[in-house]
Amino acid sequence: MSKQVVQLSRVVIRFAGDSGDGMQLTGDRFTSETAGMGNDLSTLPDFPAEIRAPAGTLPGVSAFQLHFADHDIMTPGDSPNVLVAMNPAALKANLGDVPRGADIIVNTDEFTKRNLVKVGYETNPIEDGSLDPFKVHPIALTSMTVEALKGFDITKKDAERAKNMFALGLLCWLYHRPTEGTIDFLTAKFGNKPEIMKANLRAFEAGWSYGETTEEFSIQYEISPAPMRPGTYRNMSGNLALSYGLIAASKLSGLTLFLGSYPITPASDILHELSRHKRFGVMTFQAEDEISGVGAAIGASYGGALGVTTTSGPGVALKSEAIGLAVSLELPLLVVDVQRGGPSTGLPTKTEQADLLQAMFGRNGEAPVPIVAPQSPSDCFFAAIEAARIAITYRTPVFLLSDGYLANGSEPWCVPDVSTLAKIEPNFAYELNHEAADGTMEFWPYLRDPETLARPWAVPGTAGLEHRIGGIEKSDGAGTISYDPDNHDKMVRLRQAKVDAVARTIPDLVVDDPDGDARVLILGWGSTFGPIGAACRLVRAAGESVAQIHLRHLNPFPSNLGMILKSYDRVILPEMNLGQLSMLIRAEYLVDIIGYNQVRGMPFKSDELAAVITDVLESG
Amino acid sequence: MFSRAGEEDMTTDAFPALSLVPKADAPQSAKDFKSDQEVRWCPGCGDYAILSTVQSFLPDLGLKRENIVFVSGIGCSSRFPYYLDTFGLHSIHGRAPAIATGLATSRPDLSVWVITGDGDALSIGGNHLIHALRRNVNLKILLFNNRIYGLTKGQYSPTSERGKITKSSPQGSIDYSFNPVSLALGAEATFVARTIDSDRKHLTEVLTAAAAHEGTALVEIYQNCNIFNDDAWEPLKDTDTSDDFMMRLVHGEPIRFGKHQEKGVARKADGHLEVVEVAKAGLDNILSHDAHAKDPGLAFALSRLSNPRTLANTPIGVFRDITRPSYDRLMRDQIAEVIEAQGAGDLQTLLHGNDTWAVS
Ligand code: SF4
Repeated sequence: MSKQVVQLSRVVIRFAGDSGDGMQLTGDRFTSETAGMGNDLSTLPDFPAEIRAPAGTLPGVSAFQLHFADHDIMTPGDSPNVLVAMNPAALKANLGDVPRGADIIVNTDEFTKRNLVKVGYETNPIEDGSLDPFKVHPIALTSMTVEALKGFDITKKDAERAKNMFALGLLCWLYHRPTEGTIDFLTAKFGNKPEIMKANLRAFEAGWSYGETTEEFSIQYEISPAPMRPGTYRNMSGNLALSYGLIAASKLSGLTLFLGSYPITPASDILHELSRHKRFGVMTFQAEDEISGVGAAIGASYGGALGVTTTSGPGVALKSEAIGLAVSLELPLLVVDVQRGGPSTGLPTKTEQADLLQAMFGRNGEAPVPIVAPQSPSDCFFAAIEAARIAITYRTPVFLLSDGYLANGSEPWCVPDVSTLAKIEPNFAYELNHEAADGTMEFWPYLRDPETLARPWAVPGTAGLEHRIGGIEKSDGAGTISYDPDNHDKMVRLRQAKVDAVARTIPDLVVDDPDGDARVLILGWGSTFGPIGAACRLVRAAGESVAQIHLRHLNPFPSNLGMILKSYDRVILPEMNLGQLSMLIRAEYLVDIIGYNQVRGMPFKSDELAAVITDVLESG
Repeated sequence: MFSRAGEEDMTTDAFPALSLVPKADAPQSAKDFKSDQEVRWCPGCGDYAILSTVQSFLPDLGLKRENIVFVSGIGCSSRFPYYLDTFGLHSIHGRAPAIATGLATSRPDLSVWVITGDGDALSIGGNHLIHALRRNVNLKILLFNNRIYGLTKGQYSPTSERGKITKSSPQGSIDYSFNPVSLALGAEATFVARTIDSDRKHLTEVLTAAAAHEGTALVEIYQNCNIFNDDAWEPLKDTDTSDDFMMRLVHGEPIRFGKHQEKGVARKADGHLEVVEVAKAGLDNILSHDAHAKDPGLAFALSRLSNPRTLANTPIGVFRDITRPSYDRLMRDQIAEVIEAQGAGDLQTLLHGNDTWAVS
């Protein structure tokens, strides 16, 4: 039976099911096939903090959204065109995001009276007409999977479990996705369980064939590859890119990468990933607590390694005192904060940008720390290298502020040629550097480089440079303990000046204003880059002008930021917090900011931001 | 004597645990280890004696000075690194074992020492201490125990006896105290010893044994704070009483003490240990000390004999010294094995991964 094929330019699919239904895996596989097709794409996993919340309940729903297109896209999509709902809970939890007219594929086997009652459906939504505004495809996914696996030597439970592969097969058929990647994947994944492997492969094929033969779907869709600059591409998630960026920084600087870390969502994947790369000499130390994680990283830096600690907001709070020590010792240190909803335990698996002021000010005393924030999942690679460059060059702790959305989201990445990445020079100290009054040469651990204001990094094992330093205030230059008032005033200012000096090596911001006549500027930082960029496109497509800049360096700011801000009538700043960057910008530049703030644990939607921009444009 | 490092053999072979640390080109003296900083402890503080002994002991190791690092936390004792002409890091309260773990793990060519006190190690830094001990990181931890907070001017510490009257316990402390040796043994430590600030010879012996040990060594040093807790260890120091109060543990020898070696340690019918009169119990029933016993049970039982208030029956010496691969060695071995099997990593290959597509 040959079916009608319709060309689409973009599609948003959301897979939703119980935590145990394998939705993240299904989404990952579909993403891989889509990446291989050459579509541009962006993904948004959304899962509960509980590992296995009670089956069939609303808190247990796990979802994976994927946006793919024949053109370049910036977000995982505002709302799904297709919802795959594996049970009533998944339908109920996600229906609010589904626009009228969208397709909903439901697994009818799970719509039992018991499951309906569990989530508060009094009648079956598939039958009671409440889904009339949508194109509903009721499919008995579980029983068809079990039927297809008759004769396999596996338990009924294992057969039922393969229903996600049936669903994946069906979606792959519907959107013309290749199947080889998934076949290879399943073959490798279940290599030591051949019967389970065959069953999953069979379920996947059965789903595909079902699409081909059923009358439920009369149309197949095609989305052409997106034009992209030539190169080798792969799909890249934020935590993976960040891990690779750290390994790259270690290579580029020639320093051993030492990670001290305590498990915490959503940063643990970086610990997992780096622990797999011993071939690069990476040392991963799973510490007894957050403080030990950063402490060990400082110890490794003192010994001449690239010390890194990875965590999320609650962990940063615990590390504060040690980060202050690194400020005082003036040693390189990377503090990676994959931000999540706060305060306290907050929303461990949801995203937020509310640690900016913690990174900026969350220490005792005047303790300035440079801050770098990646703007997309794959950008975590370059942001990690940049953070390492600043840390090593300026002998300072540096915050790298990722977030849950970047960490778990993914996008195609044009693999860089490593020979194009700039080396990082550690410039270890080997020589005595100061002439004492009696004419002998001595070593002064706080004699600064006049350009960067960085102090010499003399590591243990360097003959003649033995010295003692600590968290107590040190005399300028000699670095011996000093309680002198003028010296302290000078050292506080010097540490600030050193961080300020980083700005000299930060590239100027380039305003994105294709029309060239915008009077309103939209400013953002971190993971809001995608939604803001997509919103600007919507506004411009409607014939309006808006200019955009996005900050990668939050401390210090790029040198031309103030001038840019002052050249627009109004500045809009969306943030997933209550206005933290707005506060810093107002304080620094005395420029007023129109903040747009939301802390729902989810990224902004582009149409929502477009409406914000349009409102400001119209009110002018 | 300690079987692991005899005094007669002070060549580098006496310190297999330091085999990766470069050796000094010429003999050193205590003077080589004195820094130019003015020592600022209160006159009469027990820390002076420890510093002087350590400065005299370090030349015995025969290591390059620049490959020795002292890391400390916060407290009177933690000023120690400033006075030694080695590399030194005076860190933050309680965190020295964590910082030293990162340093020792990434730098096998260093001899890393942690200087800490009873408040620093057992109160604010308790978590780092026990985890360093169980991991067996190549660190030597010197815990100066003066049973008081000195630097903050006299509050009771985790080793202060219950009932102690201090600035923060005017009616007497209601805290029950830690026994650092028992704690370390419970934390799976591979080397645990106790010694006394003023006993230069014994302190040197214990430091020597600790240096020879691969992995974490915990050395509790009874130290006198003459300002806030004077004479806390007096029964052990006073030559009139010390023989009666203190038992010196020597590996392989019967555990006997008293002015005339008239007391000894024997096992009770219920399995516990007790102090007995040797004459009554018979020499055959006196336990011999085995610092290398795999099971820490007896070492723990020995650590429980002392009375925390009167200090009667206090053992000093090496309680436990067993062989277990150090954490840092295991980590280096894992890395070496992977590189041996798969070759060193190539960054470009890593970035490519195995699921790419080309756009031309
Ligand atoms: S307060 Fe006590 S421990 Fe501290 S330096 Fe003075 S005597 Fe020594």
